[in-house]
Amino acid sequence: MIPFLGVLFDGFAYGMLLFLLSVGLSVTLGMMNFVNLAHCSFAMIGAYVTITLTQTVGLPFLATLPLAFLAAALVSGVLERLLFQRFYRATDLDQCLLTIGIVFVSIAVVAYLYGTTLQSVKVPSYLQGSFNVGGVTMGVYRLFLIAIALVVAVALVIGIEKTSFGARIRAAVDNQRMARGLGIDVDRTFALTFALGSGLAGLGGALAIQMVGLDTDFAFRYLIYVLIVVSVGGLGSIGGSFAAAVLLGVSDVAGKYYAPQFGAFFIYAVMIVLLMWRPQGLFGRR
Amino acid sequence: MTIAAPPYSLVAAFAERSRWRAIETVLWLCALLPFWLAPTHLQLASQIAITALFAISLDLILGYAGIVSMGHAAFFGLGAYTAGILSVKLGWGEPISGLLIAGLVAGIGGYLSSLVVCRFRHLALIMITLGIGVMLHEIANTSHGLTGGADGLQGIRTWKFLGVWSLDIYGYVAYSYALIVLFACFLVARRIVQSPFGLALKGIRENALRMPAIGAPSQSHLRKIYTIAAVMAGMAGAVLAQTTETVSLEVLSFQRSADVLVMLILGGTGRLYGGMIGAVIYMLARDHLSGLNPQYWYFWIGLLLIAVVTLLPNGILGGLARVRALNWIREMRLMPRRRAA
Repeated sequence: MIPFLGVLFDGFAYGMLLFLLSVGLSVTLGMMNFVNLAHCSFAMIGAYVTITLTQTVGLPFLATLPLAFLAAALVSGVLERLLFQRFYRATDLDQCLLTIGIVFVSIAVVAYLYGTTLQSVKVPSYLQGSFNVGGVTMGVYRLFLIAIALVVAVALVIGIEKTSFGARIRAAVDNQRMARGLGIDVDRTFALTFALGSGLAGLGGALAIQMVGLDTDFAFRYLIYVLIVVSVGGLGSIGGSFAAAVLLGVSDVAGKYYAPQFGAFFIYAVMIVLLMWRPQGLFGRR
Repeated sequence: MTIAAPPYSLVAAFAERSRWRAIETVLWLCALLPFWLAPTHLQLASQIAITALFAISLDLILGYAGIVSMGHAAFFGLGAYTAGILSVKLGWGEPISGLLIAGLVAGIGGYLSSLVVCRFRHLALIMITLGIGVMLHEIANTSHGLTGGADGLQGIRTWKFLGVWSLDIYGYVAYSYALIVLFACFLVARRIVQSPFGLALKGIRENALRMPAIGAPSQSHLRKIYTIAAVMAGMAGAVLAQTTETVSLEVLSFQRSADVLVMLILGGTGRLYGGMIGAVIYMLARDHLSGLNPQYWYFWIGLLLIAVVTLLPNGILGGLARVRALNWIREMRLMPRRRAA
């Protein structure tokens, strides 16, 4: 019973990480149907910004998190205006190829700047260690991660449900043509949403270093997880991403704990079955 | 009720489309050049021929049927492991029957996955092909007893080809074998895409809903071509396993699926030769550049991809075709002026 709760806790923390990494992609995919395989490259940017700032500049870990967010948002915003926006009407294949190209370039640039070794980050001592609650060992860092992800999730839901910017996003996701017809500047809304989503990925990347390590392969390895979350959760649905991320996080940790001989096999099998059952995702409407 | 024979002009049109052109003979003769020009690089040449066959198999489903696959290496790996396991576990190293069995196994895998894959489009399709690919990779990784897991499958022995030629260190036999398999599969692929069936596939690519309305069943057509492509990919994998006498986990990797996609896009989709030319350029460039560091090699490939997608949407061959079309239009425009003069 006790290990089960521990697995549940670790899985939930991992799921929260996946939620941060994927929620932006879910919204931007739902809005423009733009298949952005470079999403995790933005997460990688955030992660390496944190590495640089803590190791060479000497900023404390917590102070680098907002900067990781900003850096990823800024880079993605520039790329969106320069490159991506020409491809919203292109085929899936062209979008995939363009963004895979960006992933390749980002991996090579990072390898050139930082080498291919596994990076680690020094987190402050009050975020290290763990304590026992009723026999369940909880890592402090994981609790911190869960807290941040929950704050982000609540802020996103409130932002999308209550603000006028959120209403514009919802309108554009639901029916882009109608939204344009009503005078909503969908392109501008999208550019902002894109930058925001990539920024969250950058934050997720920075938070991921302590938990899963960071090397140049990050952009590809987590891309698959992020795509699973997005496609299972359903495009454009924050609640769907949250549920799918928790499901994936818990089943991944549980699978590795209880049946390590199968590796990650179960996750992929579950994804394929879920997609066969509901190609639009669990919470997708289209 | 009898169905009227197609009018003669239609038959003639198909015959004209499938005519063997002189440039094709030249290209295939060029494939023989390495025997004299680069006898020390025949191992690389045979790798290129194998990759070209793999690219052709992807072209059949991507270029002609419009199925975007992110996990085509699944069938390449299936073929490679089948040929390898035949030799290591069952002691059967006869290459040609091994090739056919590998193609058969990959074809069965292709047919089974086509039942799922062909029902989807867009993101769900990309995710399902990707998922099948990584799932097979994971199975091969964890079933250590059968596949050797991450250590790869060692100890493959390929018997003499036709009982006469055994593999040599320079790769004469390896390249000849790879080239013959490539040419045979190319002829089959060429016949397929120039048949009415191939034309129906192009119709499905352009509009999957309208084709059934004119009597071409989309789903079964897609399943057929997906299975055929899987057979060819499996054969490419088998040739790799037999000529290098080793199979590593890399044959099933996402990287391999992505690489072949890049080659095909670079050369141009939907023209068979596009995949081959892309494979030649890609493999030669990689051989020259990745000596420095494989990570930097991906920088150039990434940049190339971005450039091709933004500037040359139909690949190198598509770009050439457009230049030719532009010249033709220019000539058409000039004609009245000439007449006036």
